[in-house]
Amino acid sequence: MRDVSAGSDLPRSRRPSWVEKRLTGWALWHSQCLVSTLGQLANTPLNTLMIAAVIGIALALPAGLFVLLDNVQGLSRSWESAAQISVFLKPEVSDAAAAKLAKALHARPDLAQVRVITRKQAFQEYRQLSGFKDALAVLGDENPLPAVLVLQLAQGQTAAGIEHLLAALRQQPQVEIAQFDLDWMRRLHAITEVIRRGVTIIGVLLGVGVLLIVGNTIRASVEKRREEIEVAKLLGATNAFIRRPFLYTGLWYGLLGGIVAWLFVAITLGLLQAPVRQLAALYRSDFSLSIMSADTLFTIWIVGAFLGVTGSWLAVGRHLAAIEPS
Amino acid sequence: MIHFHEVSKRYPNGYQALRSVSFDLTRGEMAFLTGHSGAGKTTVLRLIALIERVNRGHIIVGGENLSRMGKRRIPYFRRHIGMVFQNHRLLMDRTVFDNVALPLVIAGYSHQDVSRRVRAALDKVGLLGKERLNPVTLSSGEQQRVGIARGVVNKPAILLADEPTGNLDPELSREIMTLFERFNHFGVTVLIASHDLSLIRAMGYRMFTLKNGTLIDADRMTAA
Repeated sequence: MRDVSAGSDLPRSRRPSWVEKRLTGWALWHSQCLVSTLGQLANTPLNTLMIAAVIGIALALPAGLFVLLDNVQGLSRSWESAAQISVFLKPEVSDAAAAKLAKALHARPDLAQVRVITRKQAFQEYRQLSGFKDALAVLGDENPLPAVLVLQLAQGQTAAGIEHLLAALRQQPQVEIAQFDLDWMRRLHAITEVIRRGVTIIGVLLGVGVLLIVGNTIRASVEKRREEIEVAKLLGATNAFIRRPFLYTGLWYGLLGGIVAWLFVAITLGLLQAPVRQLAALYRSDFSLSIMSADTLFTIWIVGAFLGVTGSWLAVGRHLAAIEPS
Repeated sequence: MIHFHEVSKRYPNGYQALRSVSFDLTRGEMAFLTGHSGAGKTTVLRLIALIERVNRGHIIVGGENLSRMGKRRIPYFRRHIGMVFQNHRLLMDRTVFDNVALPLVIAGYSHQDVSRRVRAALDKVGLLGKERLNPVTLSSGEQQRVGIARGVVNKPAILLADEPTGNLDPELSREIMTLFERFNHFGVTVLIASHDLSLIRAMGYRMFTLKNGTLIDADRMTAA
């Protein structure tokens, strides 16, 4: 900005040197502003906390849902990697033929492991676990159960790859049924994608909400400090000078809201931890909710700060122009 | 220093505040604007400080044509002008020190400079030692002196005062005017709007008398 006094006979107002202005003036004033706005917020703790809480809830809802979604997807991934294909062979296939087939399948790159359950093993296992021991005794040595191959999939199999493998297995003449419940996994994926989209939309809406909340709060404080703004303008304050404390206030709201959001999500996850573990135990899983990552925390903060500054920028920009000294 | 040429000002609501007003104020001069309320005294000051813009004619302040000054340059221009208001417009939620320091903070002075200059300004108006007080606790004469200290702390070339003694008794008014005289002796160009005729006549400075927006008594030297 050009100094007015250049070329005029008004005495120059003190203009600090470029470096001095950049370093001392700018940095000093900004850090002062940062501290003083925080001080102002601390002077009205209840008001500040309420706004931070509102922003925090608005941020916590999508953040928490995203964390839960990540958990669900992580869980389904872990199931997927542990996924097995059960291949029931035709009853007339002997154990030796089954072993031979298993050996052939083991060579395939998309299979990590092939386990053979012989007809005899299957019968014994069934007798032990089914509770039909006595009924089965009637059958004598007649074994109605076929041999079964349990195929462990190699890591990183796509749904299409698994489908392809299943088709190949069904082609084998010894195979009666090759069974892999892919559909429920696909459904889970589809559902999580729908939910993810929904959470994103909710997140955007709540983000707009945060903008409006911060904007409205800042607008009120601009209005409250109208006299101060007018006086500052009369004394030669630029719009940037007047805007600055409000932007910092918005920044603080955003950061405080981020902390509140983090607390909400952390507490919620903590409360869900025990029941989820119980649920997982019912499924013989040692799954537990993963807590928020540093990335997520950082993202919440950045988003909060961005929304805070943007909200106040929008509000101040609109209202500052309207306040002219009278 | 301040040059009005055929200046007319009509407010958006249709009120014609000034009609073709011309006058000159030389550097280092002290003068009074007078006239009944609503005559246009305040408008003249507002035009000089670029709070309002002229409709016709032009104003030159310190060699700058104000009609040509862009909005973004106004803040920097205002830093050359000290302003004192009838109701002093102090910020009551801040200390005397912070009030006086405001123009310096706005202009980006360093901590030490601010502190030094604020003390010097308060010393000149006789309020040194009261910088930690809140303006509310001061008398109206003292509050006006804080307002004057704030007006001069940035060492402006021009000091404008709008009815600075409007709320004060004659003795305090006299005191305040003496203060303005002292700044004028330091070389500051001073223009004071006042309707306190008996007081300003006795001081013997140039008087511009406005009536219904017209200058009726320009450039008349009023000897005491």
